[in-house]
Amino acid sequence: MAQVRIPTPLRKYTAGAEAVEAEGGTVAALVSDLDRRYPGIRERICDEKGEVRRFVNLFVNGEDIRFLKQLDTPIKAGDEVSIVPAIAGGA
Amino acid sequence: MTSVAALARPTAPTEGPLAALSVASLVGNTPLLEIRHVRDGVAAGVRMWAKLEGFNPGGSVKDRPALKMIDDGLAGGRLVPGKTILDSTSGNTGIALAMVGAALGYPVKLVMPGNVSLERKRVVAAFGAEVVYSDPLEGSDGAIRLCRKLLAEDPERYFKPDQYNNPANSQAHYETTGPEIWRQTGGTVTHFIAGIGTGGTIMGTGRYLKGQNPAVQVIAAEPEDAFHGLEGLKHMASSIVPGIYHEQELDLKLGISTEDAYAMVYRLGREEGLLVGQSCGAAHVAGLQVARTLREGTVVVLFPDFGDRYLSTNLWLGWRAIEEPG
Repeated sequence: MAQVRIPTPLRKYTAGAEAVEAEGGTVAALVSDLDRRYPGIRERICDEKGEVRRFVNLFVNGEDIRFLKQLDTPIKAGDEVSIVPAIAGGA
Repeated sequence: MTSVAALARPTAPTEGPLAALSVASLVGNTPLLEIRHVRDGVAAGVRMWAKLEGFNPGGSVKDRPALKMIDDGLAGGRLVPGKTILDSTSGNTGIALAMVGAALGYPVKLVMPGNVSLERKRVVAAFGAEVVYSDPLEGSDGAIRLCRKLLAEDPERYFKPDQYNNPANSQAHYETTGPEIWRQTGGTVTHFIAGIGTGGTIMGTGRYLKGQNPAVQVIAAEPEDAFHGLEGLKHMASSIVPGIYHEQELDLKLGISTEDAYAMVYRLGREEGLLVGQSCGAAHVAGLQVARTLREGTVVVLFPDFGDRYLSTNLWLGWRAIEEPG
Protein backbone atom coordinates (compact mmCIF):
# COMPACT_ATOMS: atom_id res chain seq x y z
CA MET A 1 0.00 0.00 0.00
CA ALA A 2 1.13 3.53 -0.73
CA GLN A 3 0.09 6.58 1.23
CA VAL A 4 -1.70 9.23 -0.85
CA ARG A 5 -1.90 12.81 0.39
CA ILE A 6 -5.12 14.47 -0.71
CA PRO A 7 -5.43 18.26 -1.28
CA THR A 8 -8.30 20.06 0.44
CA PRO A 9 -10.49 20.45 -2.69
CA LEU A 10 -10.49 16.68 -3.28
CA ARG A 11 -11.22 15.65 0.30
CA LYS A 12 -14.93 15.63 -0.49
CA TYR A 13 -14.18 12.33 -2.26
CA THR A 14 -12.31 10.86 0.73
CA ALA A 15 -14.82 11.78 3.44
CA GLY A 16 -12.48 14.52 4.57
CA ALA A 17 -9.40 12.31 4.94
CA GLU A 18 -6.11 14.15 4.37
CA ALA A 19 -4.29 10.94 3.52
CA VAL A 20 -5.57 7.59 2.30
CA GLU A 21 -4.10 4.30 1.18
CA ALA A 22 -4.14 2.90 -2.34
CA GLU A 23 -2.16 0.35 -4.29
CA GLY A 24 -0.80 -0.21 -7.77
CA GLY A 25 2.49 -0.91 -9.46
CA THR A 26 2.53 2.43 -11.24
CA VAL A 27 1.03 5.87 -10.69
CA ALA A 28 -1.61 5.08 -13.33
CA ALA A 29 -2.60 1.89 -11.52
CA LEU A 30 -2.61 3.71 -8.23
CA VAL A 31 -4.93 6.41 -9.57
CA SER A 32 -7.27 3.67 -10.86
CA ASP A 33 -7.28 2.02 -7.45
CA LEU A 34 -7.90 5.38 -5.82
CA ASP A 35 -10.91 5.88 -8.07
CA ARG A 36 -12.21 2.42 -7.19
CA ARG A 37 -12.05 3.33 -3.51
CA TYR A 38 -13.19 6.93 -3.96
CA PRO A 39 -15.33 7.08 -7.10
CA GLY A 40 -15.04 10.27 -9.14
CA ILE A 41 -11.60 11.32 -7.98
CA ARG A 42 -9.80 10.17 -11.13
CA GLU A 43 -11.64 12.54 -13.44
CA ARG A 44 -10.50 15.45 -11.28
CA ILE A 45 -6.88 14.33 -11.69
CA CYS A 46 -6.94 13.10 -15.31
CA ASP A 47 -8.72 14.36 -18.40
CA GLU A 48 -10.95 12.33 -20.71
CA LYS A 49 -7.87 11.05 -22.56
CA GLY A 50 -6.49 9.67 -19.33
CA GLU A 51 -3.67 12.20 -19.16
CA VAL A 52 -2.93 14.15 -16.00
CA ARG A 53 -4.66 17.51 -16.13
CA ARG A 54 -2.37 20.37 -16.93
CA PHE A 55 -2.77 22.09 -13.56
CA VAL A 56 -2.22 18.97 -11.46
CA ASN A 57 1.15 17.92 -10.10
CA LEU A 58 1.80 14.44 -8.75
CA PHE A 59 4.77 13.74 -6.53
CA VAL A 60 6.18 10.35 -5.50
CA ASN A 61 8.27 10.70 -2.35
CA GLY A 62 8.62 14.39 -3.14
CA GLU A 63 9.70 13.88 -6.76
CA ASP A 64 7.57 15.37 -9.55
CA ILE A 65 6.53 12.46 -11.78
CA ARG A 66 6.90 14.65 -14.86
CA PHE A 67 10.61 14.23 -14.35
CA LEU A 68 10.33 10.51 -13.61
CA LYS A 69 8.25 8.24 -15.83
CA GLN A 70 5.04 10.23 -15.61
CA LEU A 71 2.04 7.90 -15.20
CA ASP A 72 4.34 4.90 -15.64
CA THR A 73 6.40 5.90 -12.61
CA PRO A 74 6.69 2.77 -10.43
CA ILE A 75 5.10 2.67 -6.99
CA LYS A 76 6.10 0.36 -4.20
CA ALA A 77 4.64 -0.29 -0.77
CA GLY A 78 5.30 2.55 1.64
CA ASP A 79 5.73 5.23 -1.01
CA GLU A 80 4.12 8.59 -0.40
CA VAL A 81 2.20 10.10 -3.32
CA SER A 82 1.02 13.72 -3.15
CA ILE A 83 -1.62 15.30 -5.36
CA VAL A 84 -0.95 19.04 -5.48
CA PRO A 85 -2.75 21.64 -7.55
CA ALA A 86 -0.22 23.64 -9.53
CA ILE A 87 -1.53 26.88 -8.13
CA ALA A 88 -2.22 28.24 -4.74
CA GLY A 89 -5.71 29.66 -5.23
CA GLY A 90 -6.87 32.67 -3.33
CA ALA A 91 -5.76 36.16 -4.08
CA MET B 1 -20.46 59.22 -29.24
CA THR B 2 -17.27 57.38 -29.31
CA SER B 3 -16.44 55.56 -26.14
CA VAL B 4 -12.84 55.33 -27.07
CA ALA B 5 -10.91 54.84 -23.89
CA ALA B 6 -7.51 56.22 -23.28
CA LEU B 7 -5.04 53.78 -24.72
CA ALA B 8 -2.13 55.71 -23.39
CA ARG B 9 -0.42 55.29 -20.07
CA PRO B 10 -1.42 57.64 -17.26
CA THR B 11 -1.32 61.19 -18.42
CA ALA B 12 1.95 62.87 -17.68
CA PRO B 13 1.83 66.28 -16.10
CA THR B 14 2.08 69.07 -18.67
CA GLU B 15 4.28 71.16 -16.45
CA GLY B 16 7.08 70.38 -14.06
CA PRO B 17 9.24 67.31 -13.87
CA LEU B 18 7.94 64.04 -15.30
CA ALA B 19 8.51 62.31 -12.04
CA ALA B 20 6.42 60.71 -9.34
CA LEU B 21 7.21 61.11 -5.68
CA SER B 22 6.62 57.45 -4.85
CA VAL B 23 5.71 54.27 -6.68
CA ALA B 24 2.49 54.50 -4.68
CA SER B 25 1.46 57.53 -6.72
CA LEU B 26 1.75 55.46 -9.90
CA VAL B 27 -0.98 53.03 -8.85
CA GLY B 28 -4.12 53.11 -10.96
CA ASN B 29 -5.06 54.93 -14.15
CA THR B 30 -4.43 51.76 -16.13
CA PRO B 31 -5.26 51.67 -19.82
CA LEU B 32 -8.33 50.16 -21.42
CA LEU B 33 -7.56 48.21 -24.58
CA GLU B 34 -10.12 47.20 -27.17
CA ILE B 35 -10.17 43.48 -27.85
CA ARG B 36 -10.49 43.31 -31.61
CA HIS B 37 -9.59 39.75 -32.48
CA VAL B 38 -10.51 37.33 -29.72
CA ARG B 39 -14.20 38.11 -29.99
CA ASP B 40 -15.54 35.38 -32.26
CA GLY B 41 -19.32 35.09 -32.22
CA VAL B 42 -19.76 38.61 -30.86
CA ALA B 43 -22.12 40.97 -32.71
CA ALA B 44 -20.67 44.02 -34.43
CA GLY B 45 -22.66 46.27 -32.13
CA VAL B 46 -20.81 44.99 -29.10
CA ARG B 47 -17.43 46.41 -28.16
CA MET B 48 -15.13 44.55 -25.83
CA TRP B 49 -12.48 46.20 -23.71
CA ALA B 50 -9.80 44.84 -21.41
CA LYS B 51 -8.81 46.86 -18.35
CA LEU B 52 -5.10 46.10 -18.20
CA GLU B 53 -4.21 46.06 -14.52
CA GLY B 54 -0.77 44.68 -15.26
CA PHE B 55 0.24 48.30 -15.89
CA ASN B 56 0.21 49.02 -12.17
CA PRO B 57 3.75 49.43 -10.77
CA GLY B 58 3.57 46.17 -8.81
CA GLY B 59 2.26 44.45 -11.92
CA SER B 60 -1.30 43.71 -10.84
CA VAL B 61 -4.70 44.98 -9.78
CA LYS B 62 -3.70 44.23 -6.19
CA ASP B 63 -1.69 47.44 -5.97
CA ARG B 64 -4.97 49.28 -5.54
CA PRO B 65 -6.29 47.50 -2.42
CA ALA B 66 -2.80 47.14 -0.94
CA LEU B 67 -2.24 50.87 -1.12
CA LYS B 68 -5.71 51.71 0.16
CA MET B 69 -5.52 49.25 3.08
CA ILE B 70 -2.12 50.56 4.13
CA ASP B 71 -3.24 54.19 3.77
CA ASP B 72 -6.28 53.35 5.84
CA GLY B 73 -4.14 51.69 8.51
CA LEU B 74 -1.85 54.71 8.70
CA ALA B 75 -4.76 57.14 8.87
CA GLY B 76 -6.44 55.13 11.62
CA GLY B 77 -3.25 54.75 13.65
CA ARG B 78 -3.31 50.94 13.37
CA LEU B 79 -0.09 50.95 11.33
CA VAL B 80 2.61 52.84 13.17
CA PRO B 81 6.43 52.73 13.05
CA GLY B 82 7.72 49.54 14.62
CA LYS B 83 4.90 47.38 13.31
CA THR B 84 5.20 44.78 10.59
CA ILE B 85 2.63 44.42 7.82
CA LEU B 86 1.39 40.79 7.87
CA ASP B 87 -1.07 39.07 5.54
CA SER B 88 -1.84 35.84 3.76
CA THR B 89 -1.73 35.86 0.00
CA SER B 90 -1.10 33.55 -2.91
CA GLY B 91 0.90 36.14 -4.75
CA ASN B 92 -0.23 39.41 -6.26
CA THR B 93 -1.43 40.96 -3.01
CA GLY B 94 1.84 39.91 -1.42
CA ILE B 95 3.82 41.57 -4.16
CA ALA B 96 1.74 44.72 -3.83
CA LEU B 97 2.08 44.84 -0.03
CA ALA B 98 5.81 44.17 -0.29
CA MET B 99 6.21 46.98 -2.81
CA VAL B 100 4.19 49.55 -0.89
CA GLY B 101 5.80 48.49 2.40
CA ALA B 102 9.26 48.93 0.90
CA ALA B 103 8.33 52.33 -0.51
CA LEU B 104 6.99 53.51 2.86
CA GLY B 105 9.67 51.88 4.99
CA TYR B 106 7.56 49.25 6.77
CA PRO B 107 8.68 45.62 7.04
CA VAL B 108 6.35 43.08 5.43
CA LYS B 109 5.75 39.44 6.34
CA LEU B 110 3.66 37.24 4.05
CA VAL B 111 2.11 33.81 4.46
CA MET B 112 1.95 32.02 1.11
CA PRO B 113 1.12 28.47 0.12
CA GLY B 114 4.40 26.72 -0.72
CA ASN B 115 3.34 26.15 -4.32
CA VAL B 116 3.10 29.80 -5.41
CA SER B 117 5.09 30.44 -8.55
CA LEU B 118 8.85 30.83 -8.37
CA GLU B 119 8.61 34.30 -9.89
CA ARG B 120 6.33 35.46 -7.07
CA LYS B 121 8.65 34.14 -4.42
CA ARG B 122 11.54 35.97 -6.03
CA VAL B 123 9.68 39.23 -6.53
CA VAL B 124 8.56 39.51 -2.89
CA ALA B 125 12.08 38.60 -1.79
CA ALA B 126 13.43 41.38 -4.01
CA PHE B 127 11.21 43.85 -2.14
CA GLY B 128 12.72 42.60 1.10
CA ALA B 129 9.62 40.89 2.46
CA GLU B 130 9.83 37.89 4.77
CA VAL B 131 7.84 34.88 3.61
CA VAL B 132 6.35 32.05 5.65
CA TYR B 133 5.15 29.10 3.59
CA SER B 134 1.99 27.16 4.38
CA ASP B 135 1.12 23.63 3.27
CA PRO B 136 0.56 23.58 -0.51
CA LEU B 137 -2.16 20.96 -0.10
CA GLU B 138 -4.20 23.39 1.98
CA GLY B 139 -4.23 26.13 -0.70
CA SER B 140 -4.97 29.73 0.18
CA ASP B 141 -7.26 28.74 3.06
CA GLY B 142 -4.26 27.08 4.71
CA ALA B 143 -2.35 30.36 4.38
CA ILE B 144 -5.29 32.26 5.89
CA ARG B 145 -5.34 29.92 8.90
CA LEU B 146 -1.57 30.05 9.44
CA CYS B 147 -1.63 33.85 9.20
CA ARG B 148 -4.35 34.03 11.85
CA LYS B 149 -2.20 31.85 14.10
CA LEU B 150 0.88 34.07 13.65
CA LEU B 151 -1.19 37.15 14.43
CA ALA B 152 -2.72 35.57 17.55
CA GLU B 153 0.74 34.68 18.85
CA ASP B 154 1.98 38.28 18.76
CA PRO B 155 -0.89 40.66 17.97
CA GLU B 156 0.91 43.86 18.95
CA ARG B 157 3.72 43.22 16.52
CA TYR B 158 1.63 43.24 13.38
CA PHE B 159 -0.68 45.29 11.23
CA LYS B 160 -2.83 42.88 9.23
CA PRO B 161 -4.46 44.53 6.22
CA ASP B 162 -6.73 41.45 5.99
CA GLN B 163 -7.61 41.71 2.33
CA TYR B 164 -10.44 39.20 2.70
CA ASN B 165 -12.35 41.21 5.30
CA ASN B 166 -11.13 44.80 5.03
CA PRO B 167 -13.74 47.10 3.42
CA ALA B 168 -10.84 49.27 2.20
CA ASN B 169 -10.14 46.51 -0.33
CA SER B 170 -13.40 46.98 -2.22
CA GLN B 171 -13.38 50.70 -1.42
CA ALA B 172 -10.14 51.05 -3.41
CA HIS B 173 -12.00 49.84 -6.47
CA TYR B 174 -15.04 51.98 -5.71
CA GLU B 175 -12.79 55.03 -5.63
CA THR B 176 -10.46 54.24 -8.53
CA THR B 177 -11.22 51.26 -10.82
CA GLY B 178 -14.92 52.08 -11.13
CA PRO B 179 -14.50 55.78 -11.93
CA GLU B 180 -11.69 55.01 -14.40
CA ILE B 181 -13.87 52.55 -16.33
CA TRP B 182 -16.80 54.93 -16.30
CA ARG B 183 -14.62 57.73 -17.62
CA GLN B 184 -12.70 55.61 -20.12
CA THR B 185 -15.91 54.30 -21.69
CA GLY B 186 -17.54 57.71 -21.65
CA GLY B 187 -20.25 56.28 -19.42
CA THR B 188 -21.28 53.70 -22.01
CA VAL B 189 -20.23 50.56 -20.13
CA THR B 190 -23.09 48.05 -20.04
CA HIS B 191 -21.36 44.95 -18.62
CA PHE B 192 -18.46 44.57 -16.21
CA ILE B 193 -16.77 41.19 -15.80
CA ALA B 194 -14.08 40.24 -13.30
CA GLY B 195 -12.82 37.15 -11.55
CA ILE B 196 -13.32 36.65 -7.83
CA GLY B 197 -10.56 36.01 -5.33
CA THR B 198 -11.32 38.24 -2.37
CA GLY B 199 -14.24 39.73 -4.30
CA GLY B 200 -12.82 43.22 -3.71
CA THR B 201 -12.51 44.12 -7.39
CA ILE B 202 -15.98 43.10 -8.43
CA MET B 203 -17.71 44.41 -5.32
CA GLY B 204 -16.15 47.87 -5.35
CA THR B 205 -16.09 48.41 -9.11
CA GLY B 206 -19.56 46.97 -9.54
CA ARG B 207 -20.99 49.12 -6.77
CA TYR B 208 -19.56 52.28 -8.35
CA LEU B 209 -20.75 51.45 -11.86
CA LYS B 210 -24.26 50.55 -10.67
CA GLY B 211 -24.31 53.82 -8.77
CA GLN B 212 -23.72 55.64 -12.05
CA ASN B 213 -26.14 53.46 -14.00
CA PRO B 214 -28.18 50.80 -12.21
CA ALA B 215 -28.59 48.93 -15.51
CA VAL B 216 -24.89 48.01 -15.66
CA GLN B 217 -24.59 44.24 -15.34
CA VAL B 218 -21.91 42.98 -12.96
CA ILE B 219 -20.72 39.46 -13.70
CA ALA B 220 -18.20 37.34 -11.82
CA ALA B 221 -15.99 34.58 -13.19
CA GLU B 222 -14.96 31.81 -10.83
CA PRO B 223 -13.38 28.37 -11.21
CA GLU B 224 -16.07 25.83 -12.09
CA ASP B 225 -14.68 23.37 -9.55
CA ALA B 226 -12.93 23.48 -6.19
CA PHE B 227 -9.91 21.72 -7.70
CA HIS B 228 -8.59 24.10 -10.32
CA GLY B 229 -5.56 25.81 -11.81
CA LEU B 230 -6.72 29.42 -11.88
CA GLU B 231 -4.24 31.33 -9.76
CA GLY B 232 -5.85 34.15 -7.83
CA LEU B 233 -9.42 32.92 -8.19
CA LYS B 234 -11.56 31.23 -5.58
CA HIS B 235 -14.34 28.68 -5.96
CA MET B 236 -16.61 30.32 -3.41
CA ALA B 237 -18.84 27.38 -2.55
CA SER B 238 -15.87 25.40 -1.27
CA SER B 239 -13.79 28.22 0.24
CA ILE B 240 -13.65 30.41 3.31
CA VAL B 241 -15.97 33.12 1.99
CA PRO B 242 -14.37 36.58 2.32
CA GLY B 243 -16.23 39.01 4.55
CA ILE B 244 -16.20 41.67 1.84
CA TYR B 245 -17.82 39.37 -0.73
CA HIS B 246 -21.57 39.82 -1.10
CA GLU B 247 -22.85 37.53 -3.79
CA GLN B 248 -26.28 39.12 -3.84
CA GLU B 249 -24.75 42.21 -5.45
CA LEU B 250 -23.79 40.22 -8.54
CA ASP B 251 -26.08 39.87 -11.53
CA LEU B 252 -24.48 36.62 -12.62
CA LYS B 253 -21.64 34.28 -11.72
CA LEU B 254 -20.07 32.05 -14.35
CA GLY B 255 -18.02 28.93 -13.63
CA ILE B 256 -15.01 28.63 -15.96
CA SER B 257 -12.91 25.52 -16.52
CA THR B 258 -9.17 25.69 -16.09
CA GLU B 259 -8.65 24.19 -19.53
CA ASP B 260 -10.80 26.86 -21.23
CA ALA B 261 -9.04 29.64 -19.32
CA TYR B 262 -5.57 28.34 -20.27
CA ALA B 263 -6.60 28.02 -23.93
CA MET B 264 -7.79 31.62 -23.80
CA VAL B 265 -4.43 32.76 -22.41
CA TYR B 266 -2.72 31.15 -25.40
CA ARG B 267 -5.15 32.81 -27.82
CA LEU B 268 -4.75 36.26 -26.26
CA GLY B 269 -1.00 35.97 -26.65
CA ARG B 270 -1.10 34.93 -30.27
CA GLU B 271 -4.05 36.92 -31.52
CA GLU B 272 -3.98 40.12 -29.45
CA GLY B 273 -0.33 40.35 -28.46
CA LEU B 274 -1.32 40.20 -24.80
CA LEU B 275 0.66 37.90 -22.51
CA VAL B 276 -1.60 37.57 -19.49
CA GLY B 277 -2.18 35.39 -16.44
CA GLN B 278 -4.70 32.59 -16.14
CA SER B 279 -7.25 34.69 -14.26
CA CYS B 280 -7.34 37.03 -17.28
CA GLY B 281 -8.04 34.02 -19.48
CA ALA B 282 -10.90 32.98 -17.21
CA ALA B 283 -12.33 36.50 -17.14
CA HIS B 284 -12.23 36.79 -20.92
CA VAL B 285 -13.90 33.39 -21.38
CA ALA B 286 -16.69 34.73 -19.16
CA GLY B 287 -16.67 38.04 -21.04
CA LEU B 288 -17.11 36.28 -24.37
CA GLN B 289 -19.94 34.15 -23.02
CA VAL B 290 -21.74 37.32 -21.97
CA ALA B 291 -20.88 39.33 -25.10
CA ARG B 292 -22.20 36.60 -27.39
CA THR B 293 -25.67 37.01 -25.91
CA LEU B 294 -25.80 40.71 -26.77
CA ARG B 295 -26.73 42.64 -29.90
CA GLU B 296 -25.07 45.79 -28.69
CA GLY B 297 -23.22 46.93 -25.63
CA THR B 298 -19.92 47.87 -24.11
CA VAL B 299 -18.33 44.99 -22.25
CA VAL B 300 -15.39 45.67 -19.95
CA VAL B 301 -13.35 42.71 -18.73
CA LEU B 302 -10.81 43.27 -15.98
CA PHE B 303 -7.43 41.64 -16.66
CA PRO B 304 -5.71 41.45 -13.25
CA ASP B 305 -2.09 41.12 -14.39
CA PHE B 306 0.32 40.15 -17.14
CA GLY B 307 1.62 36.67 -17.80
CA ASP B 308 5.34 36.99 -17.27
CA ARG B 309 5.09 35.91 -13.64
CA TYR B 310 3.54 32.57 -14.64
CA LEU B 311 6.17 31.41 -17.10
CA SER B 312 7.50 28.85 -14.63
CA THR B 313 4.05 27.46 -13.84
CA ASN B 314 2.05 24.64 -15.36
CA LEU B 315 0.31 27.21 -17.53
CA TRP B 316 3.39 27.15 -19.74
CA LEU B 317 5.52 24.30 -18.44
CA GLY B 318 2.92 21.59 -18.53
CA TRP B 319 2.89 17.92 -19.14
CA ARG B 320 3.02 18.18 -22.88
CA ALA B 321 3.30 20.69 -25.64
CA ILE B 322 0.67 23.38 -25.60
CA GLU B 323 -2.27 22.21 -27.62
CA GLU B 324 -3.44 24.37 -30.45
CA PRO B 325 -6.06 26.67 -29.04
CA GLY B 326 -9.53 25.73 -30.16
